[in-house]
Amino acid sequence: METLDTLLLSRIQFAANISFHILFPTITIALGWVLFFFRVRFAQTKDDKWMAAYRFWVKVFALSFAMGVVSGITMSFQFGTNWPGFMETVGNIAGPLLAYEVLTAFFLEAVFIGIMLFGFSRVPGWLHMLATFLVAFGTSMSAFWIIVLNSWMHTPQGFEMIDGQAFATDWWAIIFNPSMPYRFAHMMLASFLTVGFLVAGVSAFRWLIGDRSREVRAMLKTGVSIGALLIPVQIFMGDLHGLNTKEYQPAKVAAMEGLWETREGAPLVLFGIPDEEARTNHYALEIPGLASLILTHEWDGELTGLNDFVAEDGSVLHPPVAPVFWSFRVMVGTGVAMLLLSWASVWFMWRRRARHEGRIAGHWLAVEGLPKPILWALVPMAFSGWVATLAGWYTTEIGRQPWLVQGVMTTEMAVADVPAPMVMGTLVTYLAIYAALLFAYIGVIAYLARKAAQGDDGRANDMSHSGKAGVMAINPAE
Amino acid sequence: MLPDFANPADWLPWAFASLMGLSILIYVVLDGFDLGVGILFPLATPEEQDRMIGSIGPFWDANETWLVLAVGLLLVAFPQAHGMILSTLYLPVFVMLVGLILRGVAFEFRAKARDHHKRLWNRLFFTGSLMTALAQGFMLGLYIMGLEQTWATLAFATLTAVFLAVGYSFIGSAWLIHKTEGALQWKAVRWGRESLWGVILGIGAVSLATPLVSTRIFDKWLTVPEIFYLAPLPIVSGLLILWLWRMLRQMPFPGDRRSWLPFAVATALFALAYLGMAYSFYPYVVPERLTIYEAAAAPESLIIILVGACIVVPVIAGYSVLAYTIFRGKATELRYD
Repeated sequence: METLDTLLLSRIQFAANISFHILFPTITIALGWVLFFFRVRFAQTKDDKWMAAYRFWVKVFALSFAMGVVSGITMSFQFGTNWPGFMETVGNIAGPLLAYEVLTAFFLEAVFIGIMLFGFSRVPGWLHMLATFLVAFGTSMSAFWIIVLNSWMHTPQGFEMIDGQAFATDWWAIIFNPSMPYRFAHMMLASFLTVGFLVAGVSAFRWLIGDRSREVRAMLKTGVSIGALLIPVQIFMGDLHGLNTKEYQPAKVAAMEGLWETREGAPLVLFGIPDEEARTNHYALEIPGLASLILTHEWDGELTGLNDFVAEDGSVLHPPVAPVFWSFRVMVGTGVAMLLLSWASVWFMWRRRARHEGRIAGHWLAVEGLPKPILWALVPMAFSGWVATLAGWYTTEIGRQPWLVQGVMTTEMAVADVPAPMVMGTLVTYLAIYAALLFAYIGVIAYLARKAAQGDDGRANDMSHSGKAGVMAINPAE
Repeated sequence: MLPDFANPADWLPWAFASLMGLSILIYVVLDGFDLGVGILFPLATPEEQDRMIGSIGPFWDANETWLVLAVGLLLVAFPQAHGMILSTLYLPVFVMLVGLILRGVAFEFRAKARDHHKRLWNRLFFTGSLMTALAQGFMLGLYIMGLEQTWATLAFATLTAVFLAVGYSFIGSAWLIHKTEGALQWKAVRWGRESLWGVILGIGAVSLATPLVSTRIFDKWLTVPEIFYLAPLPIVSGLLILWLWRMLRQMPFPGDRRSWLPFAVATALFALAYLGMAYSFYPYVVPERLTIYEAAAAPESLIIILVGACIVVPVIAGYSVLAYTIFRGKATELRYD
């Protein structure tokens, strides 16, 4: 596309908004349950370390929740300001799903988060625990309804088209559409992995700047364990999701694999530069037969290539190849890094515990066992979940193009007739605000971590005094 | 004005218009007070600011959800109108969204950021609240003008923008009178007295302009016998304003009695003004262009939402009341423990 027209600008704007938005639900969905876990452990053990962990992460939760709410409101308005054709065409399906999200999830979260954040000393313990549970439940419900709608846009069923409008015929089929269970499980696991690595990374940071408190140990172990336990499940679930996509959206899978010609025994392209003009991959590094094996579970299974999705008149009905191809590799690569790091961490912590058996009785994992390089690797990986989640969503959403609702309406059909310069203006403003907020968000988490490492009341948490100048400078009162 | 309840295509749009109208009204009152507190923010000292935040902290999130519900209902029940209204109001909607983003995150950031950043977030909290209120007032004005954009209608929209922002400050003051004590409460009473004019002029301007824009509404208001049905509305509103004015000259009452009264009366006033508007525009959802019946989604989809709404809305009301009960009384500084 040579010029930045309204369609492209609106797409970039929506992509920017939804990318910014998804960062925060990805954290709150699982962090809600992790907080509930901390809260329950506190109720069971009466051990203050769990409440300290709760108090620290509930702040991150509140911040993430606010970011998610405001960017979510933005999106609900953008349906109307930029994409009126979407609701005009499939409003009868999308409408009730969105309405149920607001009714069953938003209010639940929004009301009980007040009690969860500020009610600890105002309400009985069970009610505070219940509020924490309901907030976690609400965020998951919200994810459920959104995934239902999104999945329906990928694998629509249970409706009929009359005069260019979709009418629901079978709500059960709409909700439990073929890709929904896989997408929902994949996203929930992604959220838990994101939070696992966030908790582990921030705790590793606190440990590295000298925080030896008991809650930092508990948090680090919790985070790493979540990562180590769930990453294999996620890889398995991702494979199932891929098989499902191959059945319903073969063009997307072909773009993910960089497969141009339909063939048997298709190779797995580890690396390559897809070229849509020449319809081939340059500098391809391939493993023969592996793509067929993964996707059909047979070495010589047949996979459909991209060239099958070019109509006789030359119009292209498959997604742009390079972005899908690359996003997919970034997601898988991040997943592999998560696997290696979390398993290595667990191994080191377990080994140390084994060696000092008796002294650290009752604990399976000892944080002291982690070598410095592993701890330093955990810190940047705090946000690895974001990278993988965004890359995954880019794979699936760009992979659906040119369709907005697969086989029903194209993205082009939905766009509003708003002057391009106006969209350009709002887009640039949004980007500037989002960049600033992201900067502030990460900055505040780092600041909270530093402050907590010193002890909230200003007392250092058993700090060793090597290289802590930066930390001490924050609190001149010390 | 009542629909034919035997025919779903007739009563469903009506029911959804009522539901949407109710959500907007609840939103305007609830987020109105917390936006108003945001607009009054720079007038207070830093300690008072913390208590002002404390008075809205546990609620603002749920308050804003009513906006999501209202725009959601517009989206799902009247998809045609949703596109038409929102793409016409592209820029004011954008300003409102930026405002909502800024104030929503400033809330959280100011409580967590280091001290010298707190002032920046305070400023953004005020700016965001003001932007939101102005944008909503501007949209209200344009909507009354039938979404036409000429110099005259834009000027009118600018006026309503200012009036609504002052009106929100008023209901915000009323909330603070109830939720605070001491010097801050005295200040809130003064702010209430000083912003009452926004409410009066706002209601006045809308009441004057509405019948002049549309002959249909003119006939609905000012012909016999309609004029008698409508007459109680301005009379009661006038009495309520007088009552507020007198009350605010004497508050706070000894022993802090009836500190909730200004907020309750302000709510009644907002509701009456809103009712008058709803009466005028019915059955149109896009003024003079699209009725709720023409814009409505398929009855099969609407009935599914309605069933859910009938079950869930009372539950929402229940736990909202619970939250307001837990955090009743004078506001303190918010703490996580």
